[in-house]
Amino acid sequence: MARVILRNLNKFYDDVHAVKSVNLEIRDKEFVVLVGPSGCGKTTTLRMLAGLESISSGQVLIGDTVVNDLAPMDRDIAMVFQNYALYPHMSVYDNMAFGLKMRKVDRNDIRKRVQEAADILGIQDYLARKPRQLSGGQRQRVALGRAIVRHPQVFLFDEPLSNLDAKLRVQMRVELKKLHNRLNTTAVYVTHDQVEAMTLGDRVVVMRGGVVQQVGEPLELYNAPVNRFVAGFIGSPAMNFAPARLRDGAGKLHADASGFGLQLPADIAARLRPYTGREVIVGVRPEDLQVANGSYPPGLCFDAMVEVVERLGAEVLLDLQVGQHTMVASVEPGVAARRGDKLRFALKPERLHFFDASSEAAI
Amino acid sequence: MAISDVLSHRAFAQAPRRGAATRLLEDERWLAAVLLLPTVILLGLFIAYPFVEGVWLSVTDATVGVPGHFVGLANFTALLHDSIFLVAVRNTFVYTAVATVLKLALGLWLALLLNRHFRGKAFTRAFVLLPFIIPTVLSTFAWKWMFDPTFSVINWTLFQLGIIHGRINWLGDPSLALISVIIVNVWRGVPFYAISLLAGLQTINPELQEAAAIDGARPWQRFWHVTWPLLLPVTMVVVLFSVIQTFADFQLVYVLTGGGPANATQLFATYAYQIGVGTGLLSQGAAVSLAMFPFLLIIVVVQLLYIRRVEVH
Repeated sequence: MARVILRNLNKFYDDVHAVKSVNLEIRDKEFVVLVGPSGCGKTTTLRMLAGLESISSGQVLIGDTVVNDLAPMDRDIAMVFQNYALYPHMSVYDNMAFGLKMRKVDRNDIRKRVQEAADILGIQDYLARKPRQLSGGQRQRVALGRAIVRHPQVFLFDEPLSNLDAKLRVQMRVELKKLHNRLNTTAVYVTHDQVEAMTLGDRVVVMRGGVVQQVGEPLELYNAPVNRFVAGFIGSPAMNFAPARLRDGAGKLHADASGFGLQLPADIAARLRPYTGREVIVGVRPEDLQVANGSYPPGLCFDAMVEVVERLGAEVLLDLQVGQHTMVASVEPGVAARRGDKLRFALKPERLHFFDASSEAAI
Repeated sequence: MAISDVLSHRAFAQAPRRGAATRLLEDERWLAAVLLLPTVILLGLFIAYPFVEGVWLSVTDATVGVPGHFVGLANFTALLHDSIFLVAVRNTFVYTAVATVLKLALGLWLALLLNRHFRGKAFTRAFVLLPFIIPTVLSTFAWKWMFDPTFSVINWTLFQLGIIHGRINWLGDPSLALISVIIVNVWRGVPFYAISLLAGLQTINPELQEAAAIDGARPWQRFWHVTWPLLLPVTMVVVLFSVIQTFADFQLVYVLTGGGPANATQLFATYAYQIGVGTGLLSQGAAVSLAMFPFLLIIVVVQLLYIRRVEVH
């Protein structure tokens, strides 16, 4: 049980600045997910935390100890690797027992702890097998088991589910969450999959180009992204963006974009007033685009042409042509739209996002 | 245009008149036989025939120019009372055992070093192969010069460093000669071990090292519990090849000492050559070289069984 603190953490590879001044405080027993596109520095950050990568500058604290100069084995962590990294010449039992043997844990104690972990993960029947005799999902469980038996202060996960097929991934995701609830140990989890990040993380850290973009609870990231990158990265299908010019018309603030114009309600207008006459970026999530009925005020509606209809069962995705932009709308399965239809869509003003056109920061 | 035209033209032209030979070759059994033929001829001519001829010679009393008659195992029983042969057997075992252990140890050490990341890695790896690439006779002559009692650069260095005060007669001293020959064999053989084991090391997922480091294994334990067991199958194959070659080594000893002084470096192969070709007693020479066969066979069978066991598990 321990909190983890990253203080001004930097990593340089020759000329490449891979991790830039990362500051993060992970609370005791918290499940924190680092997420971002490949090359964003999330794995490097995790490896510095594990001690597998040297720290160029800054500090890593586990518990209240600065661990910068401690070897991985002395940091009291356990790590689950993307490719499982099971010892191919050892049985499942020996794979799980290896860390305990190295730490000279009593033999009976080892047996008890391996058995206990195997029971939790449902791999009791495979203890005598070699890793290559197991399926991908089973190997992943063994890798988890190897981490669990150690009773470490912190669990580190490096994209542990990315080698599994889609169905198994969803199942293991749920099991990981249950496991964390049961073990109640601090966990740091790296993934490029925003769905994994949203479902697993107590808090999510979005990274890009070595820089932390936003740290927050999943819904906080979804509802109030701090910039256009986070807004576009979190949520699937991704948020629609359209440049728009703000204009003052008869005391009301209007946003004019190609294909649609909005008359903004007073509260939003107050916030955006300084941007009058300038270009901003309007962001709207596909699920916030609804087919309009008569009751919507005309200033928040626009017409769009349906180009592609994707029926997913629980929802229908419509690819729309709006002026010069394409947008995606996620609508009720009952909507009977066909290709080429012209539909009227309504926007909920409180669900709109606005970003500065140059800095891309949320306004 | 031209090529495709010509090709299609030919294909059409040949299609109707497919000869009997073509039809025969479309039968996989015939095709297999035809494809195997060159290999069978080569192996038969250069390996099977000399081997059978050697076995035959060893049970006759043939000498150069005399066809000889069948004498049963007389040549072999004579060997048992041949003190030089017994010395050669002992030397061959010492030579093979000591050289193999040293080559394995040094080769593994070198492979582990070369498996790290450092500047000029590719160049160093190529450079390490040099002793292996240079024709043995050439490099052995260089060593002979270095071991020369008067001009030895080794002696000169040791003398200048104040370690020795007289001359060391590397190849002339019976107690040193075998050691000297082993040194050269190790020098020539280490690159083969280093590069082969390096190839083996590179097949081992580096994540395993990281997992073991996090699991609490110290560098030596990581080697012993993870690297070594995974490298073992490759190591066994490398040792197998090396033992066969070392056991039957000839040119190195022939160039350096010719088996001397006083047979102190006499091996199976050099003794067989000395009797069979040098003295002209073809049948006895054949018997000496054939005497290697059971030893090699046992070594090969044991190692192959072991490799199979490792691979099955």
